[in-house]
Amino acid sequence: MGVGITVEHLNAFYGKTQALFDINIAVLANHATALIGPSGCGKSTFIRCLNRMHETIPEARVDGKVLIGDLSVYNGTSATQLRRRVGMVFQKANPFPTMSIYDNVAAGLKLNGFRNRKQLDEVVHKSLHNSALWDEVKDHLHKKSGASLSGGQQQRLCIARALAVQPEVLLMDEPCSALDPISTGKIEELIFQLKEQYTIVIVTHNMQQAARVAEFTGFFLLGKMIEFDKTEKIFTNPSDKRTEDYVTGRFG
Amino acid sequence: MPDTDSNTAAGFVPQSSIPQISIPPISLRRRVMDHVMTGVAVLTVALVLLPLFAIFAYLVYKGIGSINLAFLTQIPKPPGEPGGGMANAIVGSMVILAIASLLGVPLGIGAGIFLSEYGRNRYGDIVRFVSDVLNGVPSIVIGIVAYGLVVMRQKHFSALAGGVALAIMMVPTIARTTEQMLLLVPQAIREAAYGLGVSRWRTTLSITLRTATSGVITGVMLAFARVAGETAPLLFTAFGNQYWNWRTDQPTAALSLQIFTYAISPFDEWHRQAWAGALVLIVLIVGAVAAVRIAVKHGTLAGA
Amino acid sequence: MSNQALPRPRFNAPNPEPGSKAALKVEARTTPLLQGKVSEVPDVAFGWAMRLCGLAVVALLGLIVYQLVVGSALSWHAFGWKFFGQSDWNPVSDQYGALPFMYGTIVSSLLALVIAVPLSLGVAVFITEMCPVSLRGILSFTTELLAAIPSVVYGLWAIFVLVPILREYVQPFLASTLGWTGLFSGPPYGIGMLAAGVILAIMIIPIISSITREVLTVVPQHQREAVLALGATRWEMIRMGVLRNARAGIVGAIILGLGRALGETMAVTMVIGNRPEIAKSLFAPGYTMASVLANEFTEATGDLYLSALIEIGLALFFVTIVVNALARLMVWSVTRGQPARSIA
Repeated sequence: MGVGITVEHLNAFYGKTQALFDINIAVLANHATALIGPSGCGKSTFIRCLNRMHETIPEARVDGKVLIGDLSVYNGTSATQLRRRVGMVFQKANPFPTMSIYDNVAAGLKLNGFRNRKQLDEVVHKSLHNSALWDEVKDHLHKKSGASLSGGQQQRLCIARALAVQPEVLLMDEPCSALDPISTGKIEELIFQLKEQYTIVIVTHNMQQAARVAEFTGFFLLGKMIEFDKTEKIFTNPSDKRTEDYVTGRFG
Repeated sequence: MPDTDSNTAAGFVPQSSIPQISIPPISLRRRVMDHVMTGVAVLTVALVLLPLFAIFAYLVYKGIGSINLAFLTQIPKPPGEPGGGMANAIVGSMVILAIASLLGVPLGIGAGIFLSEYGRNRYGDIVRFVSDVLNGVPSIVIGIVAYGLVVMRQKHFSALAGGVALAIMMVPTIARTTEQMLLLVPQAIREAAYGLGVSRWRTTLSITLRTATSGVITGVMLAFARVAGETAPLLFTAFGNQYWNWRTDQPTAALSLQIFTYAISPFDEWHRQAWAGALVLIVLIVGAVAAVRIAVKHGTLAGA
Repeated sequence: MSNQALPRPRFNAPNPEPGSKAALKVEARTTPLLQGKVSEVPDVAFGWAMRLCGLAVVALLGLIVYQLVVGSALSWHAFGWKFFGQSDWNPVSDQYGALPFMYGTIVSSLLALVIAVPLSLGVAVFITEMCPVSLRGILSFTTELLAAIPSVVYGLWAIFVLVPILREYVQPFLASTLGWTGLFSGPPYGIGMLAAGVILAIMIIPIISSITREVLTVVPQHQREAVLALGATRWEMIRMGVLRNARAGIVGAIILGLGRALGETMAVTMVIGNRPEIAKSLFAPGYTMASVLANEFTEATGDLYLSALIEIGLALFFVTIVVNALARLMVWSVTRGQPARSIA
């Protein structure tokens, strides 16, 4: 089962520029939560703070409190340890170019010193199955490189790769922005299935997508979280004028 | 240029309500100049290629005739006696180059990793500048340093000292090419590994470096080829040896040293052997580079 | 997105057909296979190990300077600045002056530049501006092959091919036509300053031409088109549109070639004649800083003798560093600034 996420007074910076201002949010376990907002509003920065990916950028820093389940993200836990519990799928599919499909999926375990061949086979099979890619690639797991797949397949491979480490939370940073509608449909369907087992946070610039896959939606503007509520409420009866302007297409 | 001036003046005479500009034909002088300069450029290419072909032609022509089994398996005979070969020098060169690679390649790659993964700051700039400076230090000066570092301490010339000298020469080249190759690996690939809970050192070695493997190896081979034919830094480090030597702390023969000694000697037999040695040296360098390239493309190093 | 109507969100599952739903049934998570605490120690250790490698590069330079300064201290104390102004080099009486070697190094390198610069520029211009694209790769590869030949092989070829040609044909010709200048007089040995200059020129052509080529290719295409549009011929386009814009970079390439020539040892040692004399004629034998190190370092018996040689090494080191740093800056000024500006 997934775990919930609690964020309190989160501020993020790039050098001297502040990118996030005092974010507070509670994400429910085993639900999908969407983050929407115009480009540059801080939604990607926010999701990257949840697994401390933000700090890989030089001069970036964060303060505030983030809890993944009962694990405090910015207090005593190593980023590496944390990321094993919080999987991430990126905007652009980024399979490891030198590895086969099998090795891509197994990478998270293998690179962390896991060597049990039988269990690896099992995990790879299960992860590819769960990401709805198994049938398409089962005949050339070892022969084809991850980079030889189509864009949509690559993104599902990346999901499988994240699932193989068995995280509790899955962060998705605009996972469909580079994909065609059919691949997007497949991945949305997948997200719908996955949230039975995982807590999912998805950043999207596509409001229909948020509406289709998420129970909760947060609206970001200029580094601030303007509104966070049930998706239904955000799209039909938002409490904030700015949210209403955005979801009705008046700007952004 | 008088004709261009008059052209522009003449060109602006209005003939009707619509001003017409008559574009004059390019003058003969300018056309001739154009052809002359093209001819000059072609001539320079010919002049540059000429010595290249002459060197290779001589190398093959003079070298092939003197290479035989004895040359490849025997050690030098005393001056004046016919026969003998450079077997000890071939082996010695390999030993010295192995020592140089063992010392220089890890250090160079490590410095390259520092530059691309930890050195995007002032400290990195210092290291970048210093390695460019090191790249320009004459090889004979590097020889003096290795002499002071190793030979003075051990009290005798050695293969180790030669290896140290060549290693110092390999490091800057390898560091800068490794850096450039690692920087070509997209940040997204590193983030993918971090996102899986892979630690930074593991990501750097197993993902970033592995993705850039073929480029890094090309850089290493470039450095290797550059030092493989070096003579100057070996003169007072490896020193040379007319006999077999299997110890790394003793004076050791090297192919390039042997070529030098034989070339400036007064004996015809040795001159012939110098040509043969030069041919073998070039074949070995090209062979080593090609072998590694092929291994990278098809072999286990390919990674896919 | 229009504002005619609020989007109609669907809150229920997109209800996939029963068949595909079964195929996509997500299996339950199991306990993670990766257990246990992750230690930060390897990461920190690796980071510092790599920093150490970077530091080692700086340390190497420091070591070189240290070795040279300490090694030459004795000679520095004995002669001071006079060392670079004296032309007396006599190990027997322990008198050392570096002037003839400095003279030889400078003259042979300048001679090499005089020969190599026009040729390299011609080759670079031909490859980038004139030659058909199909030939371009082959030609640049071939000229770079020249750079891959070891110095000692150049020397070997120079002794047995170049020197006889100079002695039999070139030197008599020069003596009869330009002998009056005093630069080409004396007996034609073949071996001497001229031979050193020629072989050095052959060796630095690949460096100068490949960097010049690099510089010429970053001259923006619109500069060429602008000149051509004014009705210029191809040569005028090259002269005004290309060479003028790449001036700083070309000068940098030439200086880099000079840096290489100053430190070149083996080929020069094999043909320059190795006599510490300052002669006006280019036919006369000479000696360079690098050559005297190559020839005498292992034979230097006295401490002062060795120290004087190391001081020559130190001087050579400083000159090449200054020359190289200067050249790098000039090349960077073209290759770094230009492409960014042309994209914008």
